[in-house]
Parts: sequence; structure tokens; C-alpha cells
Amino acid sequence: MNRPIRTVSIFCLFLFLALMVNVTYLQFWHADELNEDPLNARVAEAAFSRERGDILVGEGRDQLAIARSREYDDRYKYLRVYPKPLMYANITGYLTLGSQTGIEASQNAVLSGEDDRLFVTRLIDLAQNQSNKGGNVLLTLDPAAQQAAYDALLQTVGPEGEGSVVAIEPKTGRILAMVSLPSYDPNELTTHDFNAFQRNYDRLDADDKEPLVNRAIQTRLFPGSTFKVVTAAAAIEEGLYSADDDVPSGATWQTPGTTGENNVIDNEGRFLCNPEEVSFGTAMAQSCNTAFAKMAVELGPEKMREQAEAFGFNSDYLLDLTPQVQSIYPSGEDGEDLNDAQTAQTGFGQFEVQATPLQMAMVVAALGNRGTLMRPYLVDEVQSAEYETLERTDPDEIRDAVSPTTADQVTDLMVETVDNGTASPAQIPGVTVAGKTGTAQRGVPGEPPYGWFVSFAPAEDAEVAVAVMIQEAPGKEIAGGQLGGPIAKAVMEAVLDD
Amino acid sequence: MAANASLLQFVHRRRRGAELFLLILALVVGIGAYASVGLGVDGEVPTNLVGYGGWLAALVVAAHVVVRLVAPYADPVLLPIVAALNGMGLAVIHRIDLAEDSGRADQQLIWMTVGVALFVATLVFLPDHRVLARFTYTAGLAAIVLLILPMLPVIGNEVNGARIWIQVGPLGFQPGEVAKVLLVVTFAGYLVVHRDALALAGRRLLFIDFPRGRDLGPILVMWVVSLGILILQKDLGSSLLFFGLFLIMLYVATERPGWLVVGGAMFFGGAAVAFQIFAHVQQRVDIWLDPFADRNGDGYQLVQALYGFAWGGLIGRGLGEGMPSRVPESESDFIMAAIGEELGLTAVIAILLLYGLIVERALRAALISRDGFGKLVATGLAGVLALQVFVVIGGVTRLIPLTGLTTPFLSYGGSSLVANWVIIALLLRISDHARRPVPAISEEADDPDLNETQVVKTVKPS
Repeated sequence: MNRPIRTVSIFCLFLFLALMVNVTYLQFWHADELNEDPLNARVAEAAFSRERGDILVGEGRDQLAIARSREYDDRYKYLRVYPKPLMYANITGYLTLGSQTGIEASQNAVLSGEDDRLFVTRLIDLAQNQSNKGGNVLLTLDPAAQQAAYDALLQTVGPEGEGSVVAIEPKTGRILAMVSLPSYDPNELTTHDFNAFQRNYDRLDADDKEPLVNRAIQTRLFPGSTFKVVTAAAAIEEGLYSADDDVPSGATWQTPGTTGENNVIDNEGRFLCNPEEVSFGTAMAQSCNTAFAKMAVELGPEKMREQAEAFGFNSDYLLDLTPQVQSIYPSGEDGEDLNDAQTAQTGFGQFEVQATPLQMAMVVAALGNRGTLMRPYLVDEVQSAEYETLERTDPDEIRDAVSPTTADQVTDLMVETVDNGTASPAQIPGVTVAGKTGTAQRGVPGEPPYGWFVSFAPAEDAEVAVAVMIQEAPGKEIAGGQLGGPIAKAVMEAVLDD
Repeated sequence: MAANASLLQFVHRRRRGAELFLLILALVVGIGAYASVGLGVDGEVPTNLVGYGGWLAALVVAAHVVVRLVAPYADPVLLPIVAALNGMGLAVIHRIDLAEDSGRADQQLIWMTVGVALFVATLVFLPDHRVLARFTYTAGLAAIVLLILPMLPVIGNEVNGARIWIQVGPLGFQPGEVAKVLLVVTFAGYLVVHRDALALAGRRLLFIDFPRGRDLGPILVMWVVSLGILILQKDLGSSLLFFGLFLIMLYVATERPGWLVVGGAMFFGGAAVAFQIFAHVQQRVDIWLDPFADRNGDGYQLVQALYGFAWGGLIGRGLGEGMPSRVPESESDFIMAAIGEELGLTAVIAILLLYGLIVERALRAALISRDGFGKLVATGLAGVLALQVFVVIGGVTRLIPLTGLTTPFLSYGGSSLVANWVIIALLLRISDHARRPVPAISEEADDPDLNETQVVKTVKPS
């Protein structure tokens, strides 16, 4: 009977092998998929009842946890708290049972301790039979700049206003400030009282002012005159003009192929634009619509689009936060490219050109970085629960948006705009500032325009580039682009003072 | 032959010291896991750790001493493995107690005590397993009575759709667990007598000798019994277990692969018909094919178990750090899901290896056993364990449709635990006999196994 017994033992071997292979598949290869199942309540509850890591900003003594887990005496054991809720809500996002937004979502693996980089820590915790605390995430944000941006924007647009500020370090792409107003209090949403959560969420979600939207990356609007720096960069890069040349301008311009008053471009009363030819510097400083409309038509839509896309239009680039929208430089309909009238409008950021505040900050950051566009990023370091650095984000060059000489020439034009032109509110004593205002018509009669301001400083070796967008400022005069300058100035000063 | 001889030389040693050493390791695992549960859930060592650990150690040492006295040549690995599994099961049940505020671990420790007592009794009162051959038909009758008991009114009790329980006052009991041991004895006793007749070849087809038609009687009876369990008690697991067990033993006794073909065909035929006719079989298969289709209904338990396994990953959450009580019945049929979640793939593989070792040691005892009855009993018991582990763990990890059987030694449940301890006692008894040096009857007194091997050899009709 020994031969069949041996056969039986081989059969049993296969039974056990099948079990082992199957369970290995289940717990090793298939596990991630199951753990990412949004209907997996176990993962959701575990994530919610874990001591998550901190979200940190700043360094040294200024370091600040903008999200942390506090011990809490209920079944979930920990409560997520946001010490500076309104100022950072658009970045941290919020955590609730089963979902999270913002950095809480994008860095969930680290914060919850599931990330592979935390494997060793997890192993040690297991050996010591400790519940594992998640890793920390240090953001690139500069608390002083964020505070300055928040205060200045809030003061300008008022509690009912809407707007956004983004500041970037041009050489690296580090995002130094990112403010969106109106904001909300994530502590109201992270509550363990899920009825309260639902009430608060429904209220915020129904709010016409969309406090849950991070305007810095989710709202795209006509960039208006701030887009003229893109047009100028394209013209100089193409060799059409240099910064010292005179460019065609004029009081009004009936765009090619059109009739009627609606298609007449004017300069909204800036009379220095009226001569048939003005210096490039004047065209920029006075924000001459006619000059840039003509320039855009001369370049043609393809060249304009190429330049815009070199700065990041029509693509995604920020990896650390979702959702975000792409900024747009339009293509024509039905396979036809834009006609001249449309191209003319794009030259000063109208027609269908749309940009997020982050996109406009990237444009000026690239100019400040001598033409090289860096990938913007928010996550500086991934840390263990004991604040040891596990991984640091390396700056990533996206591309040379323009040549260094082009960047220098556009910078000169923007410096003149701050020194002698419309962007003068951003002047900082002792520092050369390059800047540009923008006022974008909504295309709806009777509605106030959007206000924009972009700048960077010091112009010769930029440390900070800022974009300010004012969507609604009840009771304030947005037209003329004077509101954004002081905000940009405050942010630049906050960075330069460090 | 030379290799065999040296192997037999090796197994002649008693190795009781090795057993004691391994038992201490097993206790470290069991008591360590128990302490770890306390640390993980409450942050402190359980207050009753000394009492609990002492009791566990006393049971294990008692079993060891008895083995030393009455079965000194028994396999030294089986008892430590069982102690480790039992200890681990207690710790995990305790862990689920803490989550669900129940007191099953204490119950289980009592059952373990009963199990060890029966283990000791089996070894003491059964000095020679061949005595059991006398009770072939008695055991068969008892097994059938036990299997019918749950069908009776009053004491019969239906739990989770399967009618496999009897309830007498506060005591619940699954007679099927005991029946499986009795059935092994019945099959072995029957087959050892009738195997020659059953081994007679009928027709030869595709290199396989098929048995004669007139010998199909016993297998048909078993087939009907298995189907009866499937249909009347809705217990897929036991049905599959009994029939598979019978097939394995029939094959070993007759050395005819033809029986496997016939039996396999009957099994799959019966299963296919059952699938067509019975809703509860279809339901199990549907759950198996896509548990997520009805994740909050029929598929809930399996889906939660799969999430648990995935959540545990490679090294697990740590005892007390998971949510094993999300899986219904995580203390019994689904205890592997709790282990997979809190101790990870590593522990699951380790436990599978332990089961594999039990089966391997049992089959080894069968190989070296000197009598056909012992060989068949050992093979049958090994087969029961292997099939049961495969069916239940395969079910909870979605390798095969879920059928519902207890996980030997780990699951909460007295009948299963006690029956499995008796199985181990029988295996130790058989291996003790197989490894015991025979009294010197030949001139080759120094190496008597060679003679014994020849006895085995005569079993093979050449």
C-alpha cells in the first residue's frame, strides 16, 4: 500500500501548494486592489481611526503642524484637527470616514502609514507591538508668505470676496503660498458626528461662493492683460521684436475681417498707447491692447499656442493636489485654427484664453528663472513618524519655456511696468520688481471684471514669483488692476524678508 | 532499500527530548500570542496570563508525559505542532472575545482540556490500534447514528442553514466531527478485509484498470450517504470530506487509480446535479464566482474576509490592531481571515506549513506502519486533515466555493477540537507501533526493521 500512500502525499502536497499560492496572491498581489476598493469599509475605518502623521509647513522654530491627529475618546481613537483651518483648508483638504481631499488625499499613503517608504518603521512598530503612527508630510509652503497672502487677500476682497494668490520659488518650483478665498473650516468636516458632517458639507457644497473649491488650481478665468507677458515672450522669442524696438499700437483697431463696434479693440482710456507706434516698454507699461492684439495676429495662433503651451497651458503639471483644471490656449473649431479676430483677442488674454492662478504664477516664475519652467510642487519631504526625512522632492525642470535672453528682455519690460507703468503698486524700496497687471472682461455686460496681478522679485535673480487673482471684491473697484499689486507686494516682501 | 534501512534506523530513536523542546517552543508561540493580544488591544499584558499560561503548559506537559509513558516511540513532531496550533487558536479567539465582548476563549480552553483528556484516554486505553478493527461495523453504525442525530426533531438544530448541530440543554455538539473519526475506522476495517476483492481489475481503458461493476456497492453507498448529507443537512463541506476520505482510502487499499476515476466522476456528477437542483449549492458557487456582486448580502462574509486578508498583507496589522470582528464567524470557520489580517501572510503560510507537517507525519506513520489496518487508519486521518484544511481555508481564501468546516485546532468549537485531539492520539499510537523496535525474533536482532519491511512488501501483490 506504500505506493498509493506516496501518491496521496503528493496529492496533499499539491493541495497545500494551491492554498499557499492562492493566499499569497490574495495577500500580496491582489491586496492593493482590495485595499483601494472605496467600498472597503475596513480600510476607511482604519484610516479614520489611525494616528495619522502631521502635515507640516515651515522649518526650524517656525515649523507648524497645519493638520495633526489628537487622541480622542471614542471608537475612532483619534480626531483630526486643523490648527489654522481657514488659511490652509484649500491645501490640507479634510478627512472624513471613507474619503479625504487635498493633501490628506494625495499623501494618504504616507499620512496613514501605508506607504512603502514607511515599511521599516512599520516593521519596528510591529515588533514592539505599537500601533503605528503615520508618516509626516512637510510642505514647501512658507508660513510667513502664506499668512501675508491670506491677510492681504482677505483684506482686499473682504469676507464676501473671492480670489486666490499663488507664490512660487522660480528656481525650484516650490510653492511658497497658495491661498483661496472664501475658505472653510475643515474641523467642521472632520468631526466624528457624521450628521454634523453632512449638515456642514451640504451647506458648504450649496454655497454659491464655492468655498470648497481651491481657486488656485481649480478655477480658470480670462487672464486678461497678464497674458501680455506670454505674447511679448512669444514675439521676442520669435525674433519679431526685441525689447528696445517700437511696436505698432494705436488708439483703436478694427480686427481683420470684422465689422462693427464690438470688434474694435481699444485701450480703455490709456492715451499713451494712442500713437501708431510706441516703444515695446510703453506698450507693456501702459498695457496697450491694440499693440498686443496686433502682435498676436502677426505671430499667428500657432506660435501663440506654442508659447503658451511652453509655459504650461493645455497640460497638467502639479502632482501633489487634485483635482485641478488645465489652463487653456484655445484651438479653433472644426479643424480650422483661430481666425485673426480671435487671435487678436488672445493677445491680451481674452477670447477663450483661460488660466488658473497657479498657471500665471508659473509663467512669471519661468521668466524669473531665466526662461526655465520648473515643475511646481507642494510636498517637500516625506518623513517618518519620528520626523526623520525619508524622501525629499528634487526640483524638476519641465522645459525651457523661452531662451534666457528672451526672459531677460521680458523681465526688463515688466520692470518698466512696475517702475513707470500700471504695476507701480508693487514697488518695493530697494528691490527691483517685475510685474504686470491684468483686468479681464467677463464678457457679461454690467458685471465687474476680474483683477489679476503677476510679479516676481528681485528681477535680476528672482526668489519669488506671485500671481494674484481677484474674482469678486464686493464694494471695491476691480477695474484698473490696482487691487492685486499691494497683495503681491506683501507676499514678495514676506518671502524676501526671510 | 539501503536508504530505507538507514531511514528506519533513524526513526527508531524515541526523540522524546526533541518533543519536549518543540513543545516549549509551541508554548512560547501560544502564550506569547495571548500576551500580545492583551498588549495590542488593552496596552497591557492580560491579568490572567499566569493562570492561562500555566493551564496551557500543564495540559501540554501532561500530554507529553503520557506520551513518554505509554507511547515512547511515537512521532515527536505531531504533539508540538498541535499544541502550537491550539495555543494560537486560543489567542486569536481571545482577541475576538475582546472585540466582541464574549467569553469564548475560556470555553475553548475547557474544550481543549476535554480534548487533552480524551487524547490521554485514547493513548492509555488503546495500547494497540489494531483493536479498533474489531469495531469496524459498530463504528460505522455509530457514525451513521451520529450523522442522523441532527435530523431528529427536538435535539436537531439548524445553524446558518446547515443542519449539523444537536442541542441538548446548553450543550451544542456537531456529531459530524466525531463521525469522521469513526468513519475512518470503519473504512479501514472494511477495506483491509475486502481490498483484494475490490482490487480485482475489470476492464482496462486508457492505461487505467477499472474495477468490476459488482464491486461498486460500497462506493455507491458512500456516495448516497454523502449526497444525503449534502441534500438533507445542506452541509457541503462534510459531504465532500466524507466522500473524498473514502476515495483516498479506497485507492490506497486497492492500489487501483481506477477507483479515483470512478469516484471522481461520481463526485462531480453528483455535484453537478446538486448544483442544478439545489439553490443553496448554486448560491455558494455564485458567491465564489463573484463575491462582490452581492457584497452586502450573500457575499458579505467572504468579501469581508478577503478585505481582511488584503488588509493584513505581508506581515499583518499586529494582534489587536485589525478589525477581525468585521467578518462574521471570525472565531470559527473564518478564523484564518482573522489570522491573515492581524498576523499577515507570514503567519498564514506558517500555519499551512504546520498543517502540511501534520499530514506529512501522519502519512509517514502510514508508510512505516507494519499492518494494513494501521496504514489505512493513518492515511485516512491524514486525508481527513488535509481535505478539511483545504476545504475550509480554500473556501475562506476563495480558492474553491465556501463550504463551511471548522479549521482543525484553531477554530472555536468543542466537537471539532476534541475530535481532532483524538485523531492525533490515534496517529501517535500508530506511529508508536510503527517505530517501536519489535522483540528480537530473528538472528538480525540488531536491525529488525529489514524483516519488518519485508512484511510490508508482501502486502503488494506483484
